[in-house]
Amino acid sequence: MKHANDRKRTFMLMTIPVVALFFAFNTLPLIKGVIYSFTNFRGYGSYDWVGLRNYIDLFQDGRVGKSYLFTLKMAVAATIVTNVISLILALGLNSKIRFKSTLRGMYFVPNILGALVVGYIFNYFFTYIIPAIFHTTSILASSTWAWVGIVIVCAWQAIAMNTIIYISGLSTVPEDVYEAGSIDGATGWEKFRSLTFPLIIPFFSINMVLSGKNFLMVFDQIMALTKGGPAQSTESISFLIYNNGMAGGQFGFQSANAVLFFVIIVAFSVAQLQFTSSKEEQL
Amino acid sequence: MNGKVKERYNMPVTILLICGLATIIFPLYMTIVIAFKQPSEMTNSIAGILSLPKTWSFSNFAEAMRVTDFWNSLRNSLLITGVTVVLSVVLHSMVGYAIGRNKAKSKWYNLAYLYIVSGMFVPFAILMMPLVKQTAQWGIANIVGVIICYVVFYMPMNLMLYAGYLVNIPVALEEAARVDGASTWTTYWKIIFPIMKPMHATVAVITALSVWNDVMTPLVIMSGSGMNTLPLAQMSFQTQFGTNYNLAFASYLLALLPLLIFYIVCQKQILNGVVNGAVK
Repeated sequence: MKHANDRKRTFMLMTIPVVALFFAFNTLPLIKGVIYSFTNFRGYGSYDWVGLRNYIDLFQDGRVGKSYLFTLKMAVAATIVTNVISLILALGLNSKIRFKSTLRGMYFVPNILGALVVGYIFNYFFTYIIPAIFHTTSILASSTWAWVGIVIVCAWQAIAMNTIIYISGLSTVPEDVYEAGSIDGATGWEKFRSLTFPLIIPFFSINMVLSGKNFLMVFDQIMALTKGGPAQSTESISFLIYNNGMAGGQFGFQSANAVLFFVIIVAFSVAQLQFTSSKEEQL
Repeated sequence: MNGKVKERYNMPVTILLICGLATIIFPLYMTIVIAFKQPSEMTNSIAGILSLPKTWSFSNFAEAMRVTDFWNSLRNSLLITGVTVVLSVVLHSMVGYAIGRNKAKSKWYNLAYLYIVSGMFVPFAILMMPLVKQTAQWGIANIVGVIICYVVFYMPMNLMLYAGYLVNIPVALEEAARVDGASTWTTYWKIIFPIMKPMHATVAVITALSVWNDVMTPLVIMSGSGMNTLPLAQMSFQTQFGTNYNLAFASYLLALLPLLIFYIVCQKQILNGVVNGAVK
């Protein structure tokens, strides 16, 4: 009995302070953010309640709308590019090749490098190297094409991570599945589509969630490559909230934007989880 | 016949993969050659930019270190990453143990679990502005505040990893210790904590990589403290000396080097850690 009490008390002492810390630095600011979203706070001075004003404005603000379109376009393109390339890379790195572990190790390098510094390096690459080779202007200076530059840099780093996850997925596919497939006369693409891919669907969904969510929250790459320009064509949602909320005097308004963004991230995550679990049940 | 075919390497794929490495090596090569050159060697032609430097002089690095206050930034980054990793391993494993052992039978612990794990869905963008105000009000708009934020941000992920790992550790181990008269607290630190070592490695690797490379949190929280992390130093460098590319690239290379060295030394642990963290 005495021991049961000790156990109970220790568990509570281990949990309560940590949960309190979590509340103070996650839930509390979240609640404050929601409260600020109903005010016209500029980040300093006094402020008033404005009810749903910020939320109504949000849907009429061209700059906000543009940033959602850009973020979505960029995230979808980067997710597709990343997953297609990483899947091909993983298939290659999982086959019977020489220098297997060295190659795997090298292809992972982009993932450990800081996104900001990688962004600065690519900024130079797009501004000086590409134009010098192709005698064009920099894509980062074009409001039509700057987003492609951001997709390339985001994908360059994310591919490393997704490839490693696909490799660990492919290594769970047992050899005899292929042998059975070969007997049935399945070859190449057919073998991949009907044998390999269904077996690595859990890893596919991990990668979709991982890259999709990261790309939706893109910030460092924007800071390093375009700072939202040219002509505000590459402002991601996170960047806009940071830029206008912290320095642009739109603390209240951008809080409303952040709340909307939060709802979208939650909806995205829940949808992904549902989709994944239904797919896994089918298997 | 069949066995013989299996042992042979697939050379076309090997060659393709080696060629593909160019996409990874080229940006790094470019960084290195520009970092070693003098501005006078940089002509506008491709050859001028990408040729090897005439002399391998470290003067750019010395200058970049001075301008970006490299040693201080490095110290701050090491301090933030180190303390965050230690606190994460200690606190997250502890709460992972308490919650993991009880969530199946206790409604409250299960609720605590779901509460913290759902924090994974909260993007930094919504916490950012209130956290800036809060840390300023509480007097921790500095390294301390940044570390506390990290410990909280990585808690959902790490709690999930630890609680998941705990399922495989039999309760019988703790019961044996209890018979010997050890308290729950001692049992945890003496028996369970050491057994969770593989998970500590995973948590340490993914927390360290994310914290080291993070820009946004220190940018908004400690921007007024006059202190820089290594990535932040690059950002302020860009705004001040952005046009001296040789200096800039020396500085970027210095910023990338610590993690590259870390990766070369513990490649296996890093790869394992990253995969475990993502797949579990």
